[in-house]
Amino acid sequence: MFNQQSPFIQKTSSVTQVMLLVMLALIPGILVYVYYFGFGVLFNLSAAIITALVSEFIILKMRGLSVKNYITDGSAIVAASLLAISIPSIAPWWIIVIGTLFTIVIAKHLYGGLGSNLFNPAMVGYAALLISFPAIMTKWPQPIEYLSIHEHLNIFLYGLKEKVDGFTSATPLDFIKTQLFLGNKVIDTSSYQSYADATKIIGIGYLLGGIFLWYKKIITWHLPITFIISLFVIASIFWLIDPIQFQNPMTHILSGGSLLCAFFIITDPVSGPTTPKGKIIFALGVAVLVYLIRVFGGYPEGIAFAVIFMNICVPLIDKYSQPKVFGHD
Amino acid sequence: MKIIENIFKFNGGVKAQTRKSISTKVGIQKIGIPKYLKIPLRQHIGNLPKLKVKEGDVVLKGQLIAEADGSVSAAIHAPTSGKIKSIEKILLPHPSGLPDYGVIIESDMKDKWIKKIPINWAKIGVEATIKALQNSGIVGLGGAAFPSHLKMGSKATKINTLIVNAAECEPYITCDDMVMRERSEDLINGIELVESLLGAKNTIIGIEDNKPEALSQLQFHTKSHKNISIKVVPTIYPSGDAKRLIFLINGIKIPKGKRSSEYGIQMFNVATIIAIYRYISFGEPSLSRITTISGNITKPQNYEVLFGTPLKALINQSGGQKIKNDNFIMGGPMMGFKLPSIDVPVTKAMNCVLGAEPEMIEDKKEPLPCIRCAKCAEACPVSLQPQELYWFSKSDQFEKAQEYKLFDCIECGCCSYVCPSNIPLVQFYRYAKSELISEFRAQEEADVARERNEFRIMRLERERQERAERNAKRRAQSSKEEKSKLIDEKRAAISAAMDRIKEYEKKK
Amino acid sequence: MLIAILVLILLALIIGLVLGFSSIKFKVKGDPIVEKIDAILPQTQCGQCSYPGCKPYAKAIASGEADINQCPPGGEDGVKALAELMGVEYKPLDESHGITKPKSVAFIDEDTCIGCTLCIQACPVDAILGAAKQMHTIIEKECTGCELCLPPCPVDCITMEVIEENAENWKWKYPVYSLSKKTAKVQ
Repeated sequence: MFNQQSPFIQKTSSVTQVMLLVMLALIPGILVYVYYFGFGVLFNLSAAIITALVSEFIILKMRGLSVKNYITDGSAIVAASLLAISIPSIAPWWIIVIGTLFTIVIAKHLYGGLGSNLFNPAMVGYAALLISFPAIMTKWPQPIEYLSIHEHLNIFLYGLKEKVDGFTSATPLDFIKTQLFLGNKVIDTSSYQSYADATKIIGIGYLLGGIFLWYKKIITWHLPITFIISLFVIASIFWLIDPIQFQNPMTHILSGGSLLCAFFIITDPVSGPTTPKGKIIFALGVAVLVYLIRVFGGYPEGIAFAVIFMNICVPLIDKYSQPKVFGHD
Repeated sequence: MKIIENIFKFNGGVKAQTRKSISTKVGIQKIGIPKYLKIPLRQHIGNLPKLKVKEGDVVLKGQLIAEADGSVSAAIHAPTSGKIKSIEKILLPHPSGLPDYGVIIESDMKDKWIKKIPINWAKIGVEATIKALQNSGIVGLGGAAFPSHLKMGSKATKINTLIVNAAECEPYITCDDMVMRERSEDLINGIELVESLLGAKNTIIGIEDNKPEALSQLQFHTKSHKNISIKVVPTIYPSGDAKRLIFLINGIKIPKGKRSSEYGIQMFNVATIIAIYRYISFGEPSLSRITTISGNITKPQNYEVLFGTPLKALINQSGGQKIKNDNFIMGGPMMGFKLPSIDVPVTKAMNCVLGAEPEMIEDKKEPLPCIRCAKCAEACPVSLQPQELYWFSKSDQFEKAQEYKLFDCIECGCCSYVCPSNIPLVQFYRYAKSELISEFRAQEEADVARERNEFRIMRLERERQERAERNAKRRAQSSKEEKSKLIDEKRAAISAAMDRIKEYEKKK
Repeated sequence: MLIAILVLILLALIIGLVLGFSSIKFKVKGDPIVEKIDAILPQTQCGQCSYPGCKPYAKAIASGEADINQCPPGGEDGVKALAELMGVEYKPLDESHGITKPKSVAFIDEDTCIGCTLCIQACPVDAILGAAKQMHTIIEKECTGCELCLPPCPVDCITMEVIEENAENWKWKYPVYSLSKKTAKVQ
């Protein structure tokens, strides 16, 4: 019955198409990621996607929804991929599986499935893992310390053994925080320099993907640009006050997945705001919280918590950021 | 004549495939007079007109068969000469598919005109001319069917600018385009006339940039007219919506509930202007229109059709559907509606009939839930938040929907057009509006009932009081009278008795 | 001890004064809640709620004498609106007062009517025209469909006619499609 009324013509677009473009946009970032941190990334990705599809299938069956229509929408794959690339490449398989299950089953379907989730599913999964397994979630390999596929597979299957511990490194943000905590005033940047360089290049990969999404009109400029500018401004203020204690703003923007957050995480339409003004407020809020958590909080990375917190505010933001209706003042 | 360059761009809109060229290959042709014409009385916004003929009457072409009832109403004329066969309920080209009153004329095939009386408006004055226009039966021919005399101005508002809506933004529809190509001269004469009736100083013709032939015709015919300018607007649907076009041209945003005349602007559709011109200068009332038949049709083109002509005649003339599915759409693909039946007559509002393309009516992909991507908000030419309106309409929270300006929605269909989840958004808004309107009506009826009930209670109370007063008065009055009467009677009786005694004693 | 008692007494006095003053100053004329309830009621004036009209029923609800689910013409939506206004739990319509019927108007069979005026006296909204010994007719637009004119008619010449959907009161329908396979099957 629903096709018996106008409009009788429609633009050929679908949720599947949108999700497909998002996946395409992720490719450059993932390639650079694999280059620096090894094949473990691909193991993680495939494990996450398989877990997501299987759990999505089971839950759709249980909910009596059309599996054909919903599994092809691609939203589960996107959420799982975003989660997988946020997790260190040397994480074991069960971390991925637990995180993905949390993302798909709890954060997505228990809240009503596609279109109804209050929180960004990938970030809920990530936050759950970070709280539950802080050691694994903050252990990154030294970039370009090539491990063979075989070694990666080993780590993936059996977890990281003590003997290979030497090659892991802390992220720059984590490192600085620890140093400051220990009371060191002058920080030797060389220890994390290679890591910082790597994340910069990965960040640029995401940036390229983001520009592609913007060009394809999947996302608008509001969220990413506001986020980057806000983060830059806040970091600059603190950095100008004390350049030793506080990181320079470029490090903030190019590290710790800030660009992934700007173009792929906060642009999740379901859990984000819909109005242009609301998007600006939302991105600003996330940027402030990310900075505060990174610098003053207990966790090295604050994106997940910042996004989840701002998700709570979305209905309020939307309500009070309604654009002017044509002709009304 | 000059071309205005600067553009005010409204939010959103969509660039759909226009598909206009398929129906402009041949010129406007006439459809022959059919044997029977079914003329609905309700062909416009407003009151049903009052019938002026009865069954069996013989009517001439152009003769009044129903007169406007009140100011928001329009007259109906016999489109050809013949006999009134019957007056009955007929099927209307309306989404409801419900029947309504109409007049059926059996044509005598002579097409004999009643005496045409042109109006010398300069002599009888503007006011009398506007009044006379109410009997022309002319309504907005762009599809809205709003009685035209109502737009001709009132003393309260001063019109400075006449805007001619030549945008014709809906895909497929080309009737205005063809009219401009073939009847530009009438149009320009009409513009001059309407301009003088409105007292407007200048005229702007708003036309989309996809009609170069019509544009060159207009440019040619307006060469010597200094007060007529042309504004070419980009082809973005819905640029032909009155308020959107005014904004494109003047940069003035007119909100819902306000008329453009309050801003010194009045807008008429191309075909309406010609109809007004034909009525005033030649005494020809509104009897026919140009209708586009296009889409899934063997010979898509434009026809001049008498009102009341069976739609089937139009379909047969154009060779019927290419791919048979017997589904037809009245209006364009963005805002039109599927005709519940093709046994309907051509009406004043029928600017276009589309043979439905199979993809227009076959089962579309099932809708998915809204993912709040706000593509609809980006496309909305009224800057509404369709995703919120959808949510409220879907869950019957009509008051909320109203708060989010549901009634500002012009149902242009842009939101549904772009929705990646394939949600029939506009259908939800139509439903919510319908429900709200019927709620308003029920509320109005309840208010009337309350008033009448309160009045009745007051009246009963008053009557009761009045009766009580009357009774008391009567009682008071009657007792006084009775007493004196009683005394009188007694006295009379006594005196009578005394008289009798006296007489008795006398006899003795 | 004494000071404490004095302070409390003083406080009580001040508060009492403020309350007393405001009860005079901000005195509300009439009962706004009755008006609000009356605005929700459909004004059919049918008396099915067992009160002689909508206003008396509104007063009864306001005073807590009557329940919110006694108005069949208002239907479930009416009960919901009343529940929301009164801040009480929704309850289904009490069917002992009647069931919700489609909106209809009374129709007098003018051939049978003997012109007794009994129906005119019964009509709560004066929607029947006519005089003694002359046939009566209903002002369709004003009729609320309360059915109060039916019982008094000695010749049973009044019938209720459901208002049918026509081109004027026609409404767009709720778009029906299904997201779930299960419900699709049911349909």
